Amino acid sequence: MSTKAKLELDPAVIRTARSLARKAGAPVVKIAKTHTTVSVERAVLRLAGLSGADHEGAPWVNHLVDAVRGEVGLELGVTTPVFDALRRGEAPDLLTLAQKSAAGSVSFHLPQGREAHAAQSLALRSVKPGIARIDKNRATRDRLMKRHGDPKQRPWIYLIVATGDIYEDIPQAQTAAREGADIIAVIRSTGQSLLDFVPEGATREGYAGTYATQENFRLMRAALDDVSKELGRYIRLVNYASGLCMPEIAALAGLERLDMMLNDSMYGILFRDINPIRTFVDQRFSRQIHARAGIIINTGEDNYLTTADAVDAAHTVTVSQLMNEYFAKEAGLQDWQLGLGHAFEISPEIPDSFRMELAQALLARQLFPKAPLKWMPPTKHMTGDVFRGYLLDGFFNLAGVMTSQDILLVGMMTEAVVTPFLSDRDLALQNVRYVLNAAGGLTEDFHPPRDGFIQNRARQVLSEAVDLLEKIVNDKGEPGSVPLLQAISDGTFGLMKRPAHAGKGLDGVVKCAPGYDNPASTLLEAGTGK
Amino acid sequence: MNTRDTGSKILPDIIRPYGDTTGDGMVQVSFTLPIPHDKRAEGAALQLAAKMGLAPALLVHAKAMGSDFTFFIVYGSVSHLVDLREVVVIEREFAMLSAKDVNAAIKKRLRRKLVVVGACIGSDAHTVGIDAILNIKGFAGGGKGLEYYSEIRVVNCGAQVPVPELVARARAEKADAVLVSQVVTQKDRHIHNTMTMSAAFREAYPAGKVPLLVVGGPRFEQGSEDALGVDRIFGKGTTPGEVASYLVHAMTQAGAQTMTTTKEQS
Repeated sequence: MSTKAKLELDPAVIRTARSLARKAGAPVVKIAKTHTTVSVERAVLRLAGLSGADHEGAPWVNHLVDAVRGEVGLELGVTTPVFDALRRGEAPDLLTLAQKSAAGSVSFHLPQGREAHAAQSLALRSVKPGIARIDKNRATRDRLMKRHGDPKQRPWIYLIVATGDIYEDIPQAQTAAREGADIIAVIRSTGQSLLDFVPEGATREGYAGTYATQENFRLMRAALDDVSKELGRYIRLVNYASGLCMPEIAALAGLERLDMMLNDSMYGILFRDINPIRTFVDQRFSRQIHARAGIIINTGEDNYLTTADAVDAAHTVTVSQLMNEYFAKEAGLQDWQLGLGHAFEISPEIPDSFRMELAQALLARQLFPKAPLKWMPPTKHMTGDVFRGYLLDGFFNLAGVMTSQDILLVGMMTEAVVTPFLSDRDLALQNVRYVLNAAGGLTEDFHPPRDGFIQNRARQVLSEAVDLLEKIVNDKGEPGSVPLLQAISDGTFGLMKRPAHAGKGLDGVVKCAPGYDNPASTLLEAGTGK
Repeated sequence: MNTRDTGSKILPDIIRPYGDTTGDGMVQVSFTLPIPHDKRAEGAALQLAAKMGLAPALLVHAKAMGSDFTFFIVYGSVSHLVDLREVVVIEREFAMLSAKDVNAAIKKRLRRKLVVVGACIGSDAHTVGIDAILNIKGFAGGGKGLEYYSEIRVVNCGAQVPVPELVARARAEKADAVLVSQVVTQKDRHIHNTMTMSAAFREAYPAGKVPLLVVGGPRFEQGSEDALGVDRIFGKGTTPGEVASYLVHAMTQAGAQTMTTTKEQS
């Protein structure tokens, strides 16, 4: 991460870009602060220790939030009526309360005055152990990293496993670590992003991935702890805090010591048609948890390039990185936690495609010098020609080392063909190792000439990004509308039109009333996680 | 040797793979065996190559992958012959088009966007199928969904949509095509739901104006379109590109001005 500036960008333009991102983001943060969602409230209950599900697999947190919402609403938060009910002796503990509420045999009230105050202070006391466990996990990670050590090289090598069966994933993940992976990502089952509940327990059936559950998290983290010890290198674990249950999955990640989470500010809106308000509210809370837990977020800018053209839409990646940075920092994340994403997706048929890739990668490097950038391999231009794909992945790896990327998602030549064979993964790692070994130091020699192709291309992308941000900030829709939401609804990003009043999960959004209380937010915002 | 005429070139009926000389039969394969790398493993790889019809087989590369697996690359002359006369090509009734060609065809024929309304009907809450076809990003390597096509306007109604609501939405949006997905089904609910849906559309629209009705799901029997009253059934593993190509095909069949069809014609 210690590259000297190679692009000679105008610092004033960079300052303008950041200030426009702040301008575009601030009204959205205001909305996030004044709303809550069913998933945020469920996450708070999880932090208060409520877990498990009924015999049909419906989690108790869902039962309890639904019961409270049905009876007294969520405008004041779920915890005040819940802990008031516990104080009144409706049940001895949260689990029993949730079980009784599922049967409809609990009555919830909105306590007033001293009663409300007492319920809130009980809620705060009850959430504290959850936050304390997150703090403890962070300390454990720091200790293990000190003991086992970090990878010797940058970029860190990021590999994906996804069998659908957690008990198959575990040996595969351990094998991948032994072969050289520093980071293991367990891809989720297709469609989990649209489930409005977190499945429970160890799971053995998934479609193109494995369900994210608390038990699966725990099993995989324990297995990677074993292999970290064996290898003398701390192996990081990644999952996905995205979709309708983003806050709950973030909480579970903190409780089970995951190390990185995919968490993009607009991905769910654009690519999964999740309601924009729901996404921004869920995202802010989940990022507060990630900040506290010492988790590195990975953003999803690569996705823009799979739908739009990687040359024409290059600046939308930069805009999204700037927005992700703004929202992340507002939520308390530090620079070292911002795994801002970008990808090698320019068509190899275009002349100078590799030079444009270098320009874009250097631009990200220079705009975010302290962020652990995540560099993602070609997918869009991978065909069934695995030999050509192997060459393309080699160039991807080369661009990664030349521009000092930090997290390298290993490209598979069988991308878009089959789930990678064992041998595909081995060949892919050989490719990475060869490039690292042969050219790892090349960044030292690589200085694009002043006003040459690369410098000019990077400046052009940055200036287009500033133009787009200006357009967003000045996008006045109906009076009182929020410019960024207006832009999203106009189809500015990834060509998708997503209005603020539509999309999945909208019915789970609640406007907070005066007196809204969220003990987890109180503790997270107090910020004693260091 | 018998020969066949395919346009300008005369092709032989019997062919072999081509390495660098006509008739050499040379192919290259790579595979992994779940055993440690040693002499026996190399022998095992050659045995497999022989059983695959490679004679002589040349083991050009063997590499241990961890302690339990070995990766091999084998070159060899394959003893099998290919008889072109026995090759059967199963044609789709429509040609596969690229996104660009789909967009161009719609632009040319309709001079407006093609409107697609999609939903899961009945109790089915599994939007995986419909989302795989509609969502811009698509799922699991099936390619970009219909939202990606600039000339297709997609209205995704989501899950558990009641049939009357779907009909109303299709009318309101002036749908050219209605896509319905039925993933999870018990006791033939998917058949019942689909027939209810197609009947409701026939009732709500004048004859000949019913939008194209397309259903998808793993349990539908291919070829049962007429019984269900729909225009096309898609099974497991269908890609958005196939659906888009089909829509263009159906549109062309129906003539230049309108792409609506009557069930009787199909």
